[in-house]
Amino acid sequence: MDLLTRDLLRVATIGSVDDGKSTVIGRLLVDTRQLFDDQLEAVAHASARRGVGDLDLSFVTDGLRAEREQGITIDVAYRYAATPTRKFIIADCPGHVQYTRNMATGASTADLALMVLDVARGLKEQTRRHLCIAALLGVRAIVVAINKMDTVRWSESAYSAAVDEVATAARELGIADVTCVPTSALLGDNVVAASLHTPWYVGPTILDALERSDAGAWDSAEGARLPIQWVLRQPGGGRSYAGMVSGEPLAVGDRVTLLPAGISTTVTALRGPSGPRDAAPAGVAVDVELADDLDASRGDLLAREPLPTVTRELRATVCWFGDEPLRAGARLRVKHTTRSTPAIVEAVESRVDVERLEIEPADALATNDIGVVRLRTADPLVVDDYAQHRVTGGFILIDPVSNVTRAAGMVGDPGLPGTSARA
Amino acid sequence: MTTIERRPTTLDHLEALESHAIYILREVVAECERPVLLFSGGKDSAVLLHLAVKAFAPGGLPFPVLHVDTGQNFPEVLAFRDETVDRTGARLLVASVQDAIDRGLVADPGPTGSRNRLQTTSLLGAIQEHGFDAAFGGARRDEDKARAKERILSFRDAFGQWDPRAQRPELWQLYQGRVNHGEHLRAFPLSDWTELDVWQYIARDRVALPSIYFAHHRDVLRRDGMWLAVNEFVEPRAGEAVERRLVRYRTVGDATCTGAVESSAATLDEVLAEVATATVSERGATRADDRFSETSMEDRKREGYF
Repeated sequence: MDLLTRDLLRVATIGSVDDGKSTVIGRLLVDTRQLFDDQLEAVAHASARRGVGDLDLSFVTDGLRAEREQGITIDVAYRYAATPTRKFIIADCPGHVQYTRNMATGASTADLALMVLDVARGLKEQTRRHLCIAALLGVRAIVVAINKMDTVRWSESAYSAAVDEVATAARELGIADVTCVPTSALLGDNVVAASLHTPWYVGPTILDALERSDAGAWDSAEGARLPIQWVLRQPGGGRSYAGMVSGEPLAVGDRVTLLPAGISTTVTALRGPSGPRDAAPAGVAVDVELADDLDASRGDLLAREPLPTVTRELRATVCWFGDEPLRAGARLRVKHTTRSTPAIVEAVESRVDVERLEIEPADALATNDIGVVRLRTADPLVVDDYAQHRVTGGFILIDPVSNVTRAAGMVGDPGLPGTSARA
Repeated sequence: MTTIERRPTTLDHLEALESHAIYILREVVAECERPVLLFSGGKDSAVLLHLAVKAFAPGGLPFPVLHVDTGQNFPEVLAFRDETVDRTGARLLVASVQDAIDRGLVADPGPTGSRNRLQTTSLLGAIQEHGFDAAFGGARRDEDKARAKERILSFRDAFGQWDPRAQRPELWQLYQGRVNHGEHLRAFPLSDWTELDVWQYIARDRVALPSIYFAHHRDVLRRDGMWLAVNEFVEPRAGEAVERRLVRYRTVGDATCTGAVESSAATLDEVLAEVATATVSERGATRADDRFSETSMEDRKREGYF
């Protein structure tokens, strides 16, 4: 059977509570026949028991007891769909502001965001916040379901007004690829099957838009990077260095620099999961041998030009998840690529006003705030600007006592065209 | 509307999933002090062990494998376990449910009662006894709606409990393995694989499996809408007829609660074709333990189940 050679697209959903996000995903799965009969039956039973109509499709993804009881999404649910050419990993993200950390979890690995908004209610603050976080995390394409079109009698002017609102926000956030689709997830219009109610609309359905989208736009970052995860001992006493390639492909014969030491050497052998190969693109777990006998270990990084920066001083955009405000003087651990080291917050410089998309001076970040901070680290880090390189630009901040992850960090200023570069 | 040109991508979905899983295996081994790999002898743990061998080649596995043995096994699966351990050179630990019963830690459900839920006590006991701070499992998010919610690195408190309302954020591929003494992590490198992905990978890499995954004739009886194999743990009750049918297994668990499906799929290609067109989920078709309530898996997971 020829079921192989599909590519992989990671999608995160965005939207406010009650705009129908989980219903859109449910509809997508039901209409592409990704759900099994027993799973559909379970959804029907759960719907009937709570008296919410024949089939409440949001029950497909709201899997936790508390979520079903309260009718809200608390944490990300991962769902899978496949067409003949593409496998989709769909992170259905929560809408409530107190679960922003879970939304960021789902969006951080996404190639594309699927945004859902209620045509009658437009872009709510929560949706705007999530779109902002998705943009900061580097999501560069969005597919937008302008949903509940049945409630406005399939009005083209209501749809156009919502499209304009989305376009304005996307422009301010620097999201270039925007595809809007008029839908009724409840009735199934334009999610998988084209609608008969929208003769004025000639664009793709949600599924068409997801299938056409450009997967892995991040692979095109300049310069190969290989953060060393683990040292493997080879027969005969040699060593090889294991990690996952990011940025440009890495090849046998490449001149690379071991950082932070700054020593140049050459890749003499490269192996992927299935054995030796000449080159490996981003996303392949490899191990490499080097021409010189170097003291390289976990936390070091092999890079091909243009080289990243070695630094103990970071200026970064962070999304703060801690319960207590983040202020200057806070001591945390940073995990960046495969290196962990203590860090001190030197200063909180500014925060992003998500509603007005402006940067304003600030000396603290409250829970779920996004802002710019300066950090000093005990060991040097090997970084790229996040806008250029997701793997070497992203880091997390960890509470040194409880070990809970407190922040997502991105090296550099927030890349929002609607805001000034410096506060 | 912006038209999006699709660029040719370099990795197919199996390559991407495989590399991601290997990355997770290496990351957890590097971050944690005492990892262990949970091995049931089922297809998912067979794939997981296969990936672990690749991740640390040419050296041996840097962790032992743990079988939580209910004492109610399919003999073919036990034989497969022992062959696999020999072939890979893995160090096998067995946490025995019978032992927990003998020591009075859990009540004996009787010779034909299910020991499935009792595995949690044995598993948590082994984790504590050996001081494991990370346990790799082959669980997948497509199996169940509670699993669909779980992180790739999933935190367990000192009582082995999962708190689905307070999971750690998990950003990018920065898997965070720090725990305090007595706490541990579950790590699920196959989180994003579906049943079909697993079978495609088994076919591509010729991963060895227990024979019961392929069609064979077996004495079975119908109970709770499932075909259960008749053996020393499952005996016919009044009104239950024993029939000889052509069956195979889609999942492998405790013999008292794992059902067979009627199938003539005897080769990998035939199984792939069957899985691609299945209309009932693998757990729905074959697991009595998930049928008690809407949230069976969530409830068991909260207690520390796999």
